[in-house]
Amino acid sequence: MSKKQLFDSQQLSITIERLCRQLIENHDSFEESVLIGIQPRGSFLAKRLHQRLQDITGKNILLGFLDITFFRDDFRRRSQPIQANRTQIDFVIEDKKVVLIDDVLYTGRTVRAALDAMIAFGRPQKVELLVLIDRKYSRDLPIQADYVGRRVSSLPTDRIVVQLCEQGFAADSIQLVSHDETK
Amino acid sequence: MSSLSVRHLLGIKELSVEDIELIFSTTDQFKEVLQRPIKKVPSLRDLTIANVFFENSTRTRLSFELAEKRLSADVVNFSASSSSVKKGETLLDTVQNILAMKVDMVVIRHSSPGAPHFLAKHIQANVINAGDGTHEHPTQALLDAYSMREKIGDLAGKRIAIIGDILHSRVALSNIFLLKKLGSEVMVCSPPTLLPKHIGQLGVKVEHDVRKALAWCDVANVLRIQLERQQIKYFPSLREYSLYFGINKAMLDALERPIVLMHPGPINRGVELSSDAADSHHSIILDQVENGVAVRMAVLYLLAGQR
Repeated sequence: MSKKQLFDSQQLSITIERLCRQLIENHDSFEESVLIGIQPRGSFLAKRLHQRLQDITGKNILLGFLDITFFRDDFRRRSQPIQANRTQIDFVIEDKKVVLIDDVLYTGRTVRAALDAMIAFGRPQKVELLVLIDRKYSRDLPIQADYVGRRVSSLPTDRIVVQLCEQGFAADSIQLVSHDETK
Repeated sequence: MSSLSVRHLLGIKELSVEDIELIFSTTDQFKEVLQRPIKKVPSLRDLTIANVFFENSTRTRLSFELAEKRLSADVVNFSASSSSVKKGETLLDTVQNILAMKVDMVVIRHSSPGAPHFLAKHIQANVINAGDGTHEHPTQALLDAYSMREKIGDLAGKRIAIIGDILHSRVALSNIFLLKKLGSEVMVCSPPTLLPKHIGQLGVKVEHDVRKALAWCDVANVLRIQLERQQIKYFPSLREYSLYFGINKAMLDALERPIVLMHPGPINRGVELSSDAADSHHSIILDQVENGVAVRMAVLYLLAGQR
């Protein structure tokens, strides 16, 4: 098994800064835009982006958290039902520009479920996707991200391990864990 | 843990405390879903559920049906009064015929205690007990305990009085099992004729004075007098029952500390509860109805996940 560090705390902070600048280019003061983090780990990233965007713009930006458990297409294909997280969207997304935020884009099925789940809160004007890691060449569905922290090539047997301070870890660390297939 | 330890929901007895906590935490999430403008999720869209009611029911059947539809399941309803049961068909034949139509889950209410257990032994579908005679009514107990917890927090050490027709009530038995598992102190209060003989062996206090019960408890769960189950007279008249065991708002207001008033419905207004008590700020009866849908969604979702 081999591990490759994709982000440490400093690299993550620089990437978040870049993503914020890209978001501001397209959303200006965020008056018509909202951020929605996909539970559970997309919400940590969304909180960080939200905080930094508010610091830069000085505006109050709407932030919500979306749980997609009940909209997954692999429910009952797993050995155990997945336990749901909390959805907290205290605003209407009707006619808003929504930025969906998640940590890793892999097959695209999570994002597909998120799009379904989000419709329960209104019909947005536009939806964009922001991810920290885009696993290239691994998509099951035609879904692509608008904002990407880093693109990585990986095998289906690889895993992206995301450890953030908000989860109780001492420092941020995002690693690509590969199983050595020659052994 | 994110999986129930049981394949069927036959009674509270079979559930572990972890199962109950899992159902409650899943209910929290479904309560949030029910607040959304679109209250429907696609989790059970590939399942067909049969509601097989051999006994009359309004709110339990509606609550299950709504829960099933909000999970996107296909639903078929069956009531004995308009079926071949009247022509002498057996329970197993009836249900096997329904299952031959590719039904995945069966919600059953039956007047005979143990009917859902019998079915679970003979069919592949998941079975949910929606009330079997005077035995158990597990989803009612779950929604009762969930509603209590929502109102007064952790139920460990809390005092719960179950007041009314204990003898004919499946709600009472399921409530006792569940509340004891959650660490509550439980009291039953009714005329001696409406108490099962060995109720004390379940570890509950027994009281015959409703005022003492109200003064003792944090929550009063008042049960309906089930006249339809009574072959003989267990008390002289409804008027006398109401006089000695009926609860009105003045009695609740006179208590030293506020208590929570519950009733699984349907209420015999003016018998076990006066209208001013049922509609007072003490009452969480409508919260119970609302929570019923979310609790049943949680149970169906968790059982479906094991298929």
